[in-house]
Amino acid sequence: MSEKVLMRGTHVIGEAAIRAGCRFYAGYPITPQNELTEYMAAQMARYPGRVFIQAESELSAINMVIGASMAGARAMTSSSSPGISLKQEGISYLAGQELPAVIVNTVRGGPGLGNIAPTQGDYFQATRGGGHGDYRTIVLAPYSGQELADLTVKAFEYADRYRNPVMILADGMMGQMMEPVVLPEPIDPVTLPKGDYILDGAKGRPSRLVKSLYLDPPVMEEHNWKLFRKYQQIAREITTWEDFMIEDAKLVIVAYGTCARIAKGAIRRLREMDLKVGMLRPITLYPFPSKPMKELTLKVKSFLVIELSTGQMLEDVRLAVEGRAKVHFYGRPGGVVPTPDEIAKHTNLIYHRQGLEGEDYE
Amino acid sequence: MSKVIYKRPRYLKPNIFHYCPGCGHSIIHRLIAEVLEELDIGEKAICVPPAGCAVLAYNYIDVDMGEAPHGRAAAVATGIKRMLPDRVVFTYQGDGDIAAIGTAEIIHAANRGERITAIFVNNGVYGMTGGQMAPTTLPGQISTTTPSGRDLRRDGPPLDLSEMLAIARGSVYIERTAVNSPKNIRNTKRAVEKAFKVQLADLGFSLVEILSQCPTNWKMTPQDSLKHIDNVVTKFYPLKVIKDETGL
Repeated sequence: MSEKVLMRGTHVIGEAAIRAGCRFYAGYPITPQNELTEYMAAQMARYPGRVFIQAESELSAINMVIGASMAGARAMTSSSSPGISLKQEGISYLAGQELPAVIVNTVRGGPGLGNIAPTQGDYFQATRGGGHGDYRTIVLAPYSGQELADLTVKAFEYADRYRNPVMILADGMMGQMMEPVVLPEPIDPVTLPKGDYILDGAKGRPSRLVKSLYLDPPVMEEHNWKLFRKYQQIAREITTWEDFMIEDAKLVIVAYGTCARIAKGAIRRLREMDLKVGMLRPITLYPFPSKPMKELTLKVKSFLVIELSTGQMLEDVRLAVEGRAKVHFYGRPGGVVPTPDEIAKHTNLIYHRQGLEGEDYE
Repeated sequence: MSKVIYKRPRYLKPNIFHYCPGCGHSIIHRLIAEVLEELDIGEKAICVPPAGCAVLAYNYIDVDMGEAPHGRAAAVATGIKRMLPDRVVFTYQGDGDIAAIGTAEIIHAANRGERITAIFVNNGVYGMTGGQMAPTTLPGQISTTTPSGRDLRRDGPPLDLSEMLAIARGSVYIERTAVNSPKNIRNTKRAVEKAFKVQLADLGFSLVEILSQCPTNWKMTPQDSLKHIDNVVTKFYPLKVIKDETGL
């Protein structure tokens, strides 16, 4: 077991990726995630056979990752919102070609150039595929330094296991935060199993092809259904969330990442005031923890979705509860980060307006 | 005693080409397959085919193939080559792919001196999509998007991509050839072979621009399209070694 180290979030992702056996990283400068690119530039050079490239564009970076992935390497790129928009072409190809890769999005304000403050405005883009075509990206939402490390390792595992792109959805707050972290044990990339699809020259075997072109509609249809079955399998196997003070809760906050962290502070305050508030924190945003949320509606009739956006995950929560509970929303887009006090005040208001402060009324 | 003097190259699959009658792609595919066999590099070759008519190159050239998004072949090839430096990695790209949507990728791959080889097939039109103007469409040339001919004021002149890539300091070998006559076909084969040798010798980025005929979109007979290369295309895009710093 490694000992605890104090590290900045962006560096935690980089170090965890290297320890997970990442052999290829390509990036392009964009704030607020340059420390990750710079970390990879310095650290990858220390390991023989590992490659860091500063690409000429975000497009090129994701396409270099496609190539490295074809060649059988654990490969990663990172960027922030406007750059991630540019990478969507490549992410669609990764999904269509069923290639593993890890993409880190340190989300900033948008649309357009927006600003460089922490927001959660890329939820739709991340969880709905983002690029063209009928596909899904696995999306992991860390909320602490330790999770940045753990989920980075998981991202590479999931990418390989399902041959699918995996996105780590963080924000500037996660990236800049310094916390004590236990880093994962390093993996020697040589020990990782070699995929039977990788391109390394057809020596002693038939030549291979990695493609996403299926001109015949019935064949394309079957490819789409095959991907769909894979996404169903992913949903069964890796859906992850955290229940926080949920046993007796009358109001359940749903929040992820930075927002969930602030909400925890708010919940502790509200509990001191005897308000029965808990939280369901999605850790995988795709697949979304719809099932536990739906099950929760058997005893909880009020949900409060809190996001650093005008309401995106809100739609997934509504879909999950299927009208069985009232879904409230509190959003702060544009890089405005609410304090635990603000969230507590807002939650308190909803709690009382709903009449949840009285004795059990059932 | 009979002697085999002509046969299907080892790295050419026994499939019937889907290309139009008179198209240059099938000749170029065969030349690549011959060179792969003669240099004995077919088992360590990885090809990145383009979006375009040659998107189906994997049906013909029998090596590992990884499809790239339109224009991104040089970036995909970079990723492959950096992970497998002892393999032979080459892109196969049309003029729209490499000289329009993929200019950034190819310029920077060349400038980094990526140890990859680009086979740049220049037929002056977007063939697969039905004959639209390409960056290489000649002045006055009629295409579906220049119905009254390429207008230099409106469309700008054709792009000299190979000459631009020759300026990039990481490129070491760039030659323009054609496949419209036996002599030019033999010369193209020599150039392709040399480009692969440049990569094998770890010298830098290499590219062969091959002027190719597209009778379908040029609205010509195959015979006329061959003459058109000699009489018109090579006047604008002369056949020559554009850069050779290989010492080979």
